[in-house]
Amino acid sequence: MRIGVFVCHCGSNIEGTVDTAKVAETSKDFPGVAFATDTMYACSEPGQEGIINAIKEHDLDGVVVASCTPRMHEPTFRRTLERAGLNRYLFEMANIREHVSWIGRDREANTNKAIDLVRMAAAKLLNDQPLESKQFSINKRVMIIGGGVAGIQAALDCADGGLEVVLVEKTTTIGGKMAKLDKTFPTVDCSSCILGPRMVDIAQHPNITLYAASEVEEVGGYVGNFDVKIKKKATYVNWDACTGCGLCTEKCPSKKADDPFNEELGKTTAINIPFPQAIPKKAAINPDFCMKIQKGKCGVCAKICPSNAIDYEQKDEFVTESVGAIVAATGFDLFDWTVYGEYGGGKYPDVITSLQYERMLSASGPTGGHVKRPSDGKEPKNVVFIQCVGSRDKSVGRPYCSGFCCMYTAKQAILTKDHIPDSQSYVFYMDIRSPGKMYDEFTRRAQEEYGARYVRGRVSMVYPKGENLMVRGADTLMGGQVEVEADLVVLAVGAEAAKGASGLAEKLRISYDSYGFYMEGHPKLKPVETNTAGVYLAGSCQGPKDIPSSVAQGSAAAAKVLGLFSKDQLASDPQISQVNIKRCIGCGKCISTCPFGAIKEIDFRGMKKAEVIETVCQGCGICTSTCPQGAIQLQHFTDNQILAEVNAVCRF
Amino acid sequence: MPVLEGKELRIVGFLCNWCSYGGADTAGVGRFTQPTDLRIVRVPCSGRIDPMFIVKALLNGADGVLVSGCHPRDCHYAEGNFYARRRLEVLKRFLPFIGIEPGRFEYTWVSASEGQRWQQVVTGFTEQIHKLGPAPKIEGADAEATLKLLEAAL
Ligand code: SF4
Ligand code: SF4
Repeated sequence: MRIGVFVCHCGSNIEGTVDTAKVAETSKDFPGVAFATDTMYACSEPGQEGIINAIKEHDLDGVVVASCTPRMHEPTFRRTLERAGLNRYLFEMANIREHVSWIGRDREANTNKAIDLVRMAAAKLLNDQPLESKQFSINKRVMIIGGGVAGIQAALDCADGGLEVVLVEKTTTIGGKMAKLDKTFPTVDCSSCILGPRMVDIAQHPNITLYAASEVEEVGGYVGNFDVKIKKKATYVNWDACTGCGLCTEKCPSKKADDPFNEELGKTTAINIPFPQAIPKKAAINPDFCMKIQKGKCGVCAKICPSNAIDYEQKDEFVTESVGAIVAATGFDLFDWTVYGEYGGGKYPDVITSLQYERMLSASGPTGGHVKRPSDGKEPKNVVFIQCVGSRDKSVGRPYCSGFCCMYTAKQAILTKDHIPDSQSYVFYMDIRSPGKMYDEFTRRAQEEYGARYVRGRVSMVYPKGENLMVRGADTLMGGQVEVEADLVVLAVGAEAAKGASGLAEKLRISYDSYGFYMEGHPKLKPVETNTAGVYLAGSCQGPKDIPSSVAQGSAAAAKVLGLFSKDQLASDPQISQVNIKRCIGCGKCISTCPFGAIKEIDFRGMKKAEVIETVCQGCGICTSTCPQGAIQLQHFTDNQILAEVNAVCRF
Repeated sequence: MPVLEGKELRIVGFLCNWCSYGGADTAGVGRFTQPTDLRIVRVPCSGRIDPMFIVKALLNGADGVLVSGCHPRDCHYAEGNFYARRRLEVLKRFLPFIGIEPGRFEYTWVSASEGQRWQQVVTGFTEQIHKLGPAPKIEGADAEATLKLLEAAL
């Protein structure tokens, strides 16, 4: 093999702490190396042209580029090789930026390390084989997990693009957090008026199948051909029959069930439709509060239901859907505000969360849109908002900014004035963060037009005084302590990863960060992709987002799916395992360890042998390290290739 | 030419592409300074790591071997790291029998977002290897015999 080595300066990123000329010079002595040079920006157009010219001029048949991480530019340089007429797998990268120049300060040590990494890459390359991809067909259906505003957007965009869409929502209605909001910032649009029609579109779209009250149980397969097992949770109501008339909910005598839609403000009936615009508009029984299910008595709803839809015996059901791509849009949950004992969270009834307040402001909420203190139902005059509850606070493990709380607090201060003209709002804040379009103007309006008093400083304590609450905090602008008497305290709770998000990530084989938010493929350039081909992200599952960003991401994810499906065939990754039939003794160990069921037993002239199913193999190589005979080898990561690297680094 | 005689030792790292290699990249992007002794071999999954790679590295002159994969349950390939954990645990207990100090080999889990953790892991392991000093040489026939023994055992 005639290897060419290209050592990249990456401007000063690498050259600053690595003597790239020396690395190139030294690598000329490595086995197989016929040409070596350093280059300013290997990935740039002139850089790639330089590689192509060198391949032709020096008759090279393998290339090592020493530059940044292969997780960034391996595909780039593989394409470069192809343009020069070489097989794309006769290429290796030495990561001398992330793993060398950016982490070490000593130029000599760095240069030596870079030389070693090039030596390893060249040694592996000597063992590389040309590999060819195969084509396989795609199932052009898409599954969206999560029916919040991001999932709704993604589903509608995909469906309008002509795709069959399967939308899976774990609660009994789509709409997510947005459906619970009264108004949206900075337009003070009525939330359900803009979301409601979109929810109806979901229900009526001929291309969309909606599974509400359902959860993803298992994910199998790979890009283009996923099989997803869905659990349809028992609702104890036959939804094919239920017309959503709501008679049952009027007559149900058990009125103490939790009401998650209203954020547990007040109670609801055991059989319930969460809100008038719910989609699907179907009743569901909360079995914990149903007297028929608990005690065998009652059965009122079954008697009253005009369509005979009640089924107390209903069980969870499982269905499997085959799709070619998956969009995760599982949203967020609110931070557990009771952790802040000093704010009286969970202790004083008149300390509530922002989302509870939102339900109170909503005409379809538990108070019919009247602002009332939970303790005595009186209209509050002084309302104190405390920001950053579970945001930007290292001590509760939430050092990040949730991003939207400043804005919804301003909105709620404005709405408070609209509801109760003689009221006064106070907002305790750290900084006001309002970087969106018309956002800063909006927070100013809250102060200037609606007279909300903004106090810059943290609240140290909320304590009761008679019927009211005293809020004590710092005013860092005035440089002193302030105390405000409040009728109602609203905590602007921050966002955290949805409960169960990590479990779903494991099923989808995507990564999540230390806070549980899903990780995008690249923080700048792949915001809705994941590292698993065919799995995309939309909305707050990736990090806290407001409605416009969630919608934008929903559309972006849909665009990615439509792009993926614009081809009829996908090229398979040839970095998969292959069985050397002569060495295989048919022990079947690989078959039982492969997590994807990608190996089958075959009969070869009367002998048992293993065979890899090419489209199913994911290229993990677990089989290769399992096989006692070394018979099944993961292409491009064979034993010989890895040992060549090990030897290159150890024998010097 | 040996690297900085007396200062640097030879440490081989086997890292899975999805989590730990990404974590090492994150550490680089974040400019988390680390000792330079480690050379990383990228593999798709920690489950791809054959314990023989580690033994061969140690017999061939590595002073230390570090393996890192995705956190259990967070594997890109569903369960590769569980296989890895079983194999590597067995290997760790086996090393003293072939005359290799067990401290020369460690395995750990680092995710792609944990740049800082990677810095700590590398720094800690490098210090540990420097405390043990250069590995005693296991030569020719001895090494062959050890490998034979191992092939049989693993
Ligand atoms: S590399 Fe082996 S274990 Fe991994 S998916 Fe392919 S056949 Fe299965
Ligand atoms: S483990 Fe190896 S020998 Fe056994 S069946 Fe699989 S390929 Fe054949």
